[in-house]
Amino acid sequence: MSDTPRKPRVGLFVTCLVDLFRPSVGFAAVKLLEDAGCAVEVPAAQTCCGQPAYNSGDRADTKTIAAQVIRAFAGFDYVVAPSGSCAAMIHAHYPRLFEGEPDMAKQAEDLAGRTHELVSFLTDVLGVTGVAAKLEGSYTYHDSCSGLREMKVKAQPRALLNSVARLERREMPESEVCCGFGGTFCVKYPDISNAMVERKAANIEGSGADLLLAGDLGCLLNMAGKLKRRGAATKARHVAEVLAGMTDTPAIGEPKG
Amino acid sequence: MQSTSHAFKDNATRALGDAQLQKAMENVRGGFIEKRLNVVEKLPEFETLRDQARDIKNHTLAHLDLYLERWEAKVTERGGKVHWCTDAAAARDAVLEICRAAGAKTVTKGKSMVAEEIALNQHLEANGVTPVETDLGEYIIQLRDEPPSHIIAPAVHLTKEQVEADFREAHNHLPKDRSLSEPVELVSEARQVLRQRYLEADVGITGANFLVAETGSSIIVTNEGNGDLTQMLPRVHIVVTSLEKVVPTLEDVSTILRVLARSATGQEFSAYTTFSTGPKRPEDLDGPDEYHVVLLDNGRSAMLGGDFQDMLRCIRCGACMNHCPVYHAVGGHAYGWVYPGPMGAVLTPSLIGVAEAGQLPNASTFCGRCESVCPMRIPLPKMMRHWREREFERHLSPASVRMGLGAWAFFAQRPRLYGLFSGLAARALARLGGRKGRLSKLPLASGWTKYREMPAPEGKTFQQLWAERQRKGTGS
Repeated sequence: MSDTPRKPRVGLFVTCLVDLFRPSVGFAAVKLLEDAGCAVEVPAAQTCCGQPAYNSGDRADTKTIAAQVIRAFAGFDYVVAPSGSCAAMIHAHYPRLFEGEPDMAKQAEDLAGRTHELVSFLTDVLGVTGVAAKLEGSYTYHDSCSGLREMKVKAQPRALLNSVARLERREMPESEVCCGFGGTFCVKYPDISNAMVERKAANIEGSGADLLLAGDLGCLLNMAGKLKRRGAATKARHVAEVLAGMTDTPAIGEPKG
Repeated sequence: MQSTSHAFKDNATRALGDAQLQKAMENVRGGFIEKRLNVVEKLPEFETLRDQARDIKNHTLAHLDLYLERWEAKVTERGGKVHWCTDAAAARDAVLEICRAAGAKTVTKGKSMVAEEIALNQHLEANGVTPVETDLGEYIIQLRDEPPSHIIAPAVHLTKEQVEADFREAHNHLPKDRSLSEPVELVSEARQVLRQRYLEADVGITGANFLVAETGSSIIVTNEGNGDLTQMLPRVHIVVTSLEKVVPTLEDVSTILRVLARSATGQEFSAYTTFSTGPKRPEDLDGPDEYHVVLLDNGRSAMLGGDFQDMLRCIRCGACMNHCPVYHAVGGHAYGWVYPGPMGAVLTPSLIGVAEAGQLPNASTFCGRCESVCPMRIPLPKMMRHWREREFERHLSPASVRMGLGAWAFFAQRPRLYGLFSGLAARALARLGGRKGRLSKLPLASGWTKYREMPAPEGKTFQQLWAERQRKGTGS
C-alpha cells in the first residue's frame, strides 16, 4: 500500500456477538488493521448482519437490516469483519436479497465487493505476511464453516499464526467439520448440536493444544462453553487476539483476573 | 412409506441415544469421505467435470419434455413400453398390472429408491406377489422390515454383528456352527441364498441411474452384480424410475458417470455399469422377453421453473449425506421418509409437503459441506433456506420462534435502542457470570446451558468502549 499516499479507509463491521460478548476481539481487529496502515472507523448505525432473520426464513426483516448495513458502510474503501460468517453474509448473500430491485442490488453488489473477513483481508488484500506478537504454548485451529467455504479462509490464519513467536501449531482431526453452533440451530436442535460440539471438543482436547483458535465468535462461544462444561484445560480465543498480541484479557469463559 | 418427518426432532433424540446406531455411523464418517478425497485428488479435471455434469442436466431440464418424448420414442422403437405415472399409486398399480399379466408369484428386485418412494414392496405383498431384494443392503433391511437409511448404502445404520444375528435367524436351514463374523462370509451366504431366487423369479425389477434419450436405454450402476441377474434372468424386466433421470446422449452419460462413483463410493467407476435397451432381440442369447419402464413424476414436474428445479439435477450419489455432520449424528431413519440427509431435506418437502417435512430443511447449520462435495453443484443450503422462507410466509414456524425473532428484528433495525439494550444486557450478564466469567444456567437459554457453559460478556459493549476511546482521543 506504500505507493498510495492516503491510508485505506476501513469500516469495521463489529458483529453483534463481538459487540456484546467480547469487545476485546474488536479492539484486536482495530489494532491489526491500524498496524497494517489502515484508518479504521466504526459506524454507530450497525447492529447485526441479519443472519438470524435470514436463516429463519424472514426475508423482509433481513432486507431491512441489509439496507441499514449498506447505508452505514457506504463510502468506505473496505468493510472488514472479525467473522467469516458475517462477512460471508454481506459478501455472498446480500446481493441475492435484492434480485429484481436493480438500484438496491447495485448497492449490495458494491458493498459485497468491498467486504472482507479480517485475517484474509490482512494477508490477501494488504499483503501482511507476519505479526510482531509472541505467545508461549500451542494452538489448534477450527475452520469455521462460512469462513472456510464461502470466504476461502484456511491457510491465511495459519500463515500469520506461524509468525507468532514461540507458538506451536497442533492440528486436530476434522478441523473443517462444523462445531454444531449454526446460529439458531444450537437452540432449535440442542441435542444434535450437542452431539456435534461434543465430538468437536474431544478432537480439540485430543490435539493436546493449550489453546483453541478460530475466526468466528459464535463457534468459539459454543466450543469454549462445551470445553468448560467438560472440565477441559484447553482455553479458547479469537485468532485476532493472538495476532494482535492482546492476550491479557481472560480467555473465553475463563474467570476474571 | 408412512412419513415420520414431522417428528424429526424426537426421532433424532432417540437416534442419538442408540448405541448400536452410533457405532455403525462411525463407518460413514470414516470410509466414504477419505475414499472420495483420494480418488478426486487423482483426477485433475474433476472440478471441470462437475461443471460439465451440471450443465448437461441444466440443459436437459430446460428441454425435459423434448428429451422425454425422444427417449420414449426410442424405447418403443426397440420394443419396450413406457408407463407414465403421475403419482405413487399409479406407479404401484402399473407395476402390479405387469406382474399380474406375467402371472408372477415372485419378483426379484435390484436397488431402487423410487420403488421405496412408491412403497412398492408393501403393495406387491398385499396383492400376493413376493418381492425379493437382491442388493445385499436391501436384502438385510428387508429381513428386518426396515426402510433404507442411506440412498446408496441402505443398511449403513447396522453393525456387522446385527447383520450376523439377522442371518442366523432367517437362514435357519444352514449349520448353526458356521462362521459369520467376517463381512465376506455374510456376503457369500447372502449370495448363496439369493442365487436360487433369481431363477425362480418371473419378473425382475430394477431402478435406473440414467435414461438415455438418444438410444432409449436405461442404465444401472452397481457393485454386486445383482442388478444384472435381476434384469437378465426373468422373462419380464420392469424399470421403476423417475422422469428427471433422462439425459440426452451416451456421451453425456459418460461425463456424469465420471463424477458419480467418485462422489458416491470413492471408486473411479462402479464394478458394473449396465445398459438395457429394450427386450431380447432374436439374435440375443439372453435377456427378458418384455421390457417396461414405469416412469414416475410424483411432484417432480412441479419443481421445474421454480426455486427447487436445481434439485432435479441430483444423481443420488449420497455424497451430501456422507459429508453431513447432522446425518452423521442421527443417521438416515431420523429424517422419517425415503430420502435422508441434505438432499432429502430439500427433496422431501417437495414430494410430501412442507407441512409434513418442514423440520428437515431447518435441521441444518448451513455448514455448506454438502454443496462443496455435490458433483452436480446443487446449492442445497440455499434451497433449504427457500423452504424456511416458505414456512415463515405460511406461518408454519413455531410461534415462540416468530415472537423472539420479531422482537430481535425490531431492535436490530433501531441501532440507538439496540445499543442501549445490548449495553444493559452485557452488564447484566457479566454480573451474573461474576468472577467465574461464565454461566451454567440461563433462563430462556436452557437449550444452550443444558449442554454447555455460557461464556459471560466482558461487561461493556464494543460500541460503548469505542465511544469512550473516541472521546478520550479527541480530548487529549
